[in-house]
Amino acid sequence: MSGIDTVISVRDLDLFYGDFHALKRVPMAVRARYITALIGPSGCGKSTLLRTINRMNDLIPGVRVTGSILLEGQDIYAAGTDVCALRKRVGMVFQRPNPFPLSIYDNVAFGLRVAGLTNRRRVEEIVERSLTSAWLWDQLKDKLNDSALSLPLDQQQRLCVARLLAVEPEVILMDEPCSALDPIATARIEELMLDLKAKYTIVIVTHNMQQAARISDYSGYMLLGEMIEFGETAGIFTTPKDKRTQDYISGRYG
Amino acid sequence: MERHFDEQLQGLKSHLMKMSALAEVMIADAVKSVVERDAAAVAPVYEREELVNHMQIEIDEICLTLIALHQPAASDLRFIMGAVKTNSDLERLADEAVNIVQKAEHLLKVPQLKPFEVIPEMATIARGMVRDSLRAFVNRNVDLAREVLLRDDRLDDLKAKMSEVLTAYMTQDPAAVPCALDLLLISRFLERIGDHATNIAEVTIFVVEGLDVRHHADQQRLTHRPHAHV
Repeated sequence: MSGIDTVISVRDLDLFYGDFHALKRVPMAVRARYITALIGPSGCGKSTLLRTINRMNDLIPGVRVTGSILLEGQDIYAAGTDVCALRKRVGMVFQRPNPFPLSIYDNVAFGLRVAGLTNRRRVEEIVERSLTSAWLWDQLKDKLNDSALSLPLDQQQRLCVARLLAVEPEVILMDEPCSALDPIATARIEELMLDLKAKYTIVIVTHNMQQAARISDYSGYMLLGEMIEFGETAGIFTTPKDKRTQDYISGRYG
Repeated sequence: MERHFDEQLQGLKSHLMKMSALAEVMIADAVKSVVERDAAAVAPVYEREELVNHMQIEIDEICLTLIALHQPAASDLRFIMGAVKTNSDLERLADEAVNIVQKAEHLLKVPQLKPFEVIPEMATIARGMVRDSLRAFVNRNVDLAREVLLRDDRLDDLKAKMSEVLTAYMTQDPAAVPCALDLLLISRFLERIGDHATNIAEVTIFVVEGLDVRHHADQQRLTHRPHAHV
């Protein structure tokens, strides 16, 4: 799966939290404009792997990373990497929606202002486009000055997606983005993800295997810090090659 | 909210439609080879059979993947299960067309036993049943499905009539037996095509109404169910 459309290439990645060996020589190739899902039991390292892709783990004391992660050919762990610029290219949506305690408009405009964009017309355009892409514009266009915290959870989560889209990332990382949502809201986020993959590369961590099955094109099954099996989702869920994958996806794990 | 899953179901439907169109042409060609004694109509039937076999495997794979990835429930689940069965019926009715041309290959080498009257009519009915059962299935049209069920009786009657006529020929002239047997089998193959179309129509009723009407299990086989299931 190497080639021009591989946007993220993880090679021999080891990660230690102090003495704890959390990722063990993990390989992964993420294709551009596809959804890649990471599945596996709690503590298997899937969120850790996700967070290496925009170096969120740097914030945890005692973390040591070896191996490499290439984002379009550039090693993001190379000395001199601008981590802020990296996180603009690789955005993240978290488990619980985390809008800023600001208005809906200011949430989406936040990244643009940080990036120094002052042209008001331009900011307005991008806010509208981002909210439209996150399927929020029609519902929220008349209350852009309301507090983001007044929105229901699934709109808050989509607002977080809109906030990301405003700064035009290449990759969107999602760490269990639906775990705080009910099934209807979950279905909306899933459909949104399927929509977004026309333009963005998405990597999602999910505890919900059925979610991985429904929406992802590629899946990786992780266990105890290792990538046990990685491949096309249809193959993983119909004819997995490793018995451990088979046991997990058919609910026989543990 | 329109689901991406619906697009995939639509893809499955178009595959089935395509397969059914192939099967229909196969039946037409097979019957043409017999009735018009047209040797050129034989080869395309074998060629299309290859395509149909290929599609059968492809459609099963699509269904397997949809079930594994989407855990469909209710009418979605019934539809996919129905698609698996329909797929198998389509493949088998296409095989009946092959059986017909195999007999045609023999009949083409000998003089025609009698003018063809019943076989063209049976073929027209059988083809119509295939087309309409499939249309009923993909469009969730139970009225059309029930209408297809009714047409099967006519096909069975014609088969019985054929059997009678051919028995008379064979009784009068033992030399006519090989040809008459071929024709008898051809009418049997056409009747089987109708049976497969009947299966598809019954599956349609199951998919739409959640009602199993096979083997007359339910008296409502030919009547409306007041509340369709979702």
